[in-house]
Amino acid sequence: MATENPQPERVNYLNKDYSLASWLLTTDHKRIALLYLLSITFFFFIGGFFALLIRLELLTPAGDLVQADTYNKLFTMHGQVMVFFFLIPSIPAVLGNFLVPLMVGAKDLAFPRINLLSWYLYIIGGAMMLHCILTGSVDTGWTFYTPFSTAFSNTKVIEAGLAIFVAGFSSILTGLNFIVTIHRMRAPGMTWSRLPLFIWAHYATSIIQILGTPVIAITLVLVVAERALHLGIFDPKLGGDPLLFQHLFWFYSHPAVYIMILPSMGVVTEIIACFSRKRIFGYHFVALSSIAIAVFGFLVWAHHMFVAGISVYAALVFSILSYAVAVPSAVKVFNWTATLYKGSIHYDAPMLYAFGFLGLFTMGGLTGLFLACLGVDVHVHDTYFVIAHFHYIMVGGAVMGYLGGMHFWWPKISGKLYPEGWARLAALIVFIGFNLTFFPQFILGYLGMPRRYYQYPPEFQVLNVLSTAGATILGVGYLLPLIYFLWSMRYGKPASGNPWNAAGLEWKTASPPPTFNFDEEPVVTWEAYNFDELDAPHKQEVPVAG
Amino acid sequence: MPDSQTVDSQALAVPNEIHNPALLHHFATEQQQRDSASLGMWIFLSTEVMFFGGLFCAYLIYRLKYFAEFSAASKTLALSLGATNTAVLICSSLTVVLAVYASQHGKRSMLLINLVLTLILGLTFLGIKAVEYNEKFEKHHVPGPSFQFDHVQVAGHPGQYADPRHAQIFFALYFIMTGLHALHMIVGVGIFLWLLHAAWKGRFTPDYNTPVEIGGLYWHFVDIVWIYLFPLLYLIDRHPS
Amino acid sequence: MLNNFPLWPERASSAAGNTDALFIFLLIVSGLITLLIFTVLVFFAVRFRHRRGVQAEQIEGSIPLELAWTAIPFVVFMAIFVWGAIVYFQGRTPPRDATEVYVVAKQWMWKLEHAEGQREINELHVPAGRDVKLIMTSQDVIHSFFVPAFRMKQDVVPGRYTVAWFRATKPGTYHLFCTQYCGTQHSGMIGSIIVMEPAQYEAWMSGGSTGPLSATGEKIFAELGCSTCHRMDGQGRGPNLQGVYGKPVALADGRTVMADENYLRECILDPGAKRVGGFQPIMPTFQGLVSEEQVNALVAYVKSLSPSRQSGLPGAPAVVVPAKAAGKTATKGSQVQ
Repeated sequence: MATENPQPERVNYLNKDYSLASWLLTTDHKRIALLYLLSITFFFFIGGFFALLIRLELLTPAGDLVQADTYNKLFTMHGQVMVFFFLIPSIPAVLGNFLVPLMVGAKDLAFPRINLLSWYLYIIGGAMMLHCILTGSVDTGWTFYTPFSTAFSNTKVIEAGLAIFVAGFSSILTGLNFIVTIHRMRAPGMTWSRLPLFIWAHYATSIIQILGTPVIAITLVLVVAERALHLGIFDPKLGGDPLLFQHLFWFYSHPAVYIMILPSMGVVTEIIACFSRKRIFGYHFVALSSIAIAVFGFLVWAHHMFVAGISVYAALVFSILSYAVAVPSAVKVFNWTATLYKGSIHYDAPMLYAFGFLGLFTMGGLTGLFLACLGVDVHVHDTYFVIAHFHYIMVGGAVMGYLGGMHFWWPKISGKLYPEGWARLAALIVFIGFNLTFFPQFILGYLGMPRRYYQYPPEFQVLNVLSTAGATILGVGYLLPLIYFLWSMRYGKPASGNPWNAAGLEWKTASPPPTFNFDEEPVVTWEAYNFDELDAPHKQEVPVAG
Repeated sequence: MPDSQTVDSQALAVPNEIHNPALLHHFATEQQQRDSASLGMWIFLSTEVMFFGGLFCAYLIYRLKYFAEFSAASKTLALSLGATNTAVLICSSLTVVLAVYASQHGKRSMLLINLVLTLILGLTFLGIKAVEYNEKFEKHHVPGPSFQFDHVQVAGHPGQYADPRHAQIFFALYFIMTGLHALHMIVGVGIFLWLLHAAWKGRFTPDYNTPVEIGGLYWHFVDIVWIYLFPLLYLIDRHPS
Repeated sequence: MLNNFPLWPERASSAAGNTDALFIFLLIVSGLITLLIFTVLVFFAVRFRHRRGVQAEQIEGSIPLELAWTAIPFVVFMAIFVWGAIVYFQGRTPPRDATEVYVVAKQWMWKLEHAEGQREINELHVPAGRDVKLIMTSQDVIHSFFVPAFRMKQDVVPGRYTVAWFRATKPGTYHLFCTQYCGTQHSGMIGSIIVMEPAQYEAWMSGGSTGPLSATGEKIFAELGCSTCHRMDGQGRGPNLQGVYGKPVALADGRTVMADENYLRECILDPGAKRVGGFQPIMPTFQGLVSEEQVNALVAYVKSLSPSRQSGLPGAPAVVVPAKAAGKTATKGSQVQ
């Protein structure tokens, strides 16, 4: 479906200046997006490497590949790297940074220099985390529960905490930039109701980033202070309350999972609309559901604490609110499905990823209902059931959306087409590998296999072997795009301004775009997702602008 | 698939205007730039509210739990110094308002004077804080290995005795909360030094005074945090004698 | 008992069936929703695939449909919530007269002591058909007591007691796991729950113990000098502890609290926190002077001083203010009986 562009190369944001300084001191949101792309891909494979070691250890019931302490560091690092250095930035920092100004019709984000600062903060935090990993690492679990992290662990808790603290400000500044851009920098005629739903999703995400991240920041400050000075804020021996840490931690970390999934939902919305050639069914409901998820997401944190020692009444409140937050997600799934009705569906790789997302997010979301259910959660809390649930959402949901988005917007970002055949194969491999890895873990969880165990009773082995087999396949599926995207930068066919004939302002400029995005400021006079106009059979061929 | 339509080049919404050097290239108009900066600062301040909010939450919980110790520990704080600092900051907010007004009306000397006054008041605050911290250090009230707090009867509460461990929690929160606040004050002083330099260079005009406005917003926020900190930390259980 | 490739955990407690029923209900609901969505997706994917010359039909939306697929899931979710809440409430409400076992978790082992006095490490023998209440605390970090076959789990937190209960139904040996990450040997902090026929259990019980936990507590009570102040004749400088457990206590600062296990524990380790009305603040703290097991024994002893577990009229303070103190320190919380 993607069209080629045989015209000679023009000046664009990529070829304008090749010097290192022009990249490291850039304020162009598109270049910053690519800087982020490189960095998060790096951390993704680091986190993935830790996952590989975990799954290799779990092939056998005995702890025989690594020592107990090493294993504890592996799952901690896997979690911290994947959550804070891959998932949280991923779509917003790469696709969001690249596309938000283009989609609203602006020349750049509201604060380009702050955008660059946010990348440097991410890099500094990442460097601190790498240093921590290489010089002893942390073994507290990514959740840092006290008093283990403050008074018992012998590892580099302070350094890891500070690394995440720094990286958190990267997230806050990105969110701040997006909100101001979306409010103040929309092109003439771009009303709120004409915004792509990708923008609505990032707006909702940004609200969570700015309001939630500071809380984990201050929590980490308290943990670091307590550990360094032996304060008593979380230590019961000194009068402190370990549950206070859990409340403060989850107050951010639950909304954080919505930071991870909302952008992916925005991506999927764009893909489904484009590849079924239809306006999204129920535009306003989808837009408002993103905001609803962001708001309700702040009210459910203690559903991670049902057996932690909170009162029965608190548990009841948080359980019922957790069901409330599930409703808008369900609404989205129904709207995406309804969009396909009477559509004209194409099966390019982005759409395959979107379908994969639909299936896997549905399953992951439904298993969330199990966890919100108090009676069941008592049994499955802190078991592999939870691990399976959040990987279905974060990998089956967020990462599939990320990959789908990378494929969809790759022509715009790089000016090249990726090889479609390989992309479809990779999508299939990822889907199969993912399910084989994580579905057995639901069963393991209900059987009672606890989290963070490197040795386990022998009757759990068969399911663990299946899971490891799946992980290997999944790893291959992730390596393929890395290879063919790199390949396409040199050897891929050049892309036209709008190879998918998609709706959205980003497609009305060249691929890759010029540094200031549009040759002339756009004036929007049409509704979003105007596929009826784009696909009108009598339309004349019009050459790409500029 | 045919390519999409191009943008109608005749429908430019904004006529070309004479470029103010302060207008950054990615903004279409100065108004847009001003509004963006203002909204950006307000959002940043909301993140600061959440940042301090975690500490206020911890404070609330422990004050309810260990009221006697919080009362006793609070009484060891120098009320007169804290009150003076409160007055200093309130005055500094006045000078900030005057500075913003001056920049809006192109009154250069008024602007410079008020920026300098704000700086003096800010540094006064920090100086008084340093005196207070020093006193706390001497009394071994700094949490950590050398912390000492006597298991004394809590004044005003017959029969209630302070557990040093719980008093240490008060001081931990005291130092972290006021320390974080002081850090923000130092950043504020830095911002106002820069504003002073730019004002001296004549960069602010009635058409372009956004940095003064948003710097002022930041200063007001830091002031308001102190307005909350002072009663919560210093005035827990004070009664006229 | 445990075969090589189970797909479902054994049921060995009275609660397991309830949890399984709820879980199966969720499986059915999720399965139906999944089936519905997948079927529709596949059908649409095939039926509406791109065909040359056929345009997509632009449909804005449908408010009735949106309302329907908002309301119906919400109702279904509420049903799940209510059923889950009921099961949870039952699981967190130990029955009266349950046999008590005190659990102390530490890195990386479980120490258990029956009220009757038997001590166990990493194993818990219980009789089938009897309610067992676990009163748990940790010596160091947070652990979690998890028995999959009982569908029972409760975090074990340092600095306080947490409580769980079960009634085992099927004799056998079942996994006990620590399921809150607690350090190096977290995955080694496992054990067994051994459920026995009542007669076998009695036999096991009689096979040597140090006497009931409350008797141990009584000894410690005397050894540490508690009885000096906490006299039974009401003349002591501390409250008489007979009948205290399970009743409300009027505190010196005006509050009223229930004298449960956590209250008794707190009185030993942090006496100033919830001092009884009408008494001087002279009780020293025993933090650091007694082990968790000794605290458990003391708590068991004080509980044994109550005629039955939860007797007495609610609202009537359990503590008698001694006559000599009443005149001088008539604070608002104290009452003369």
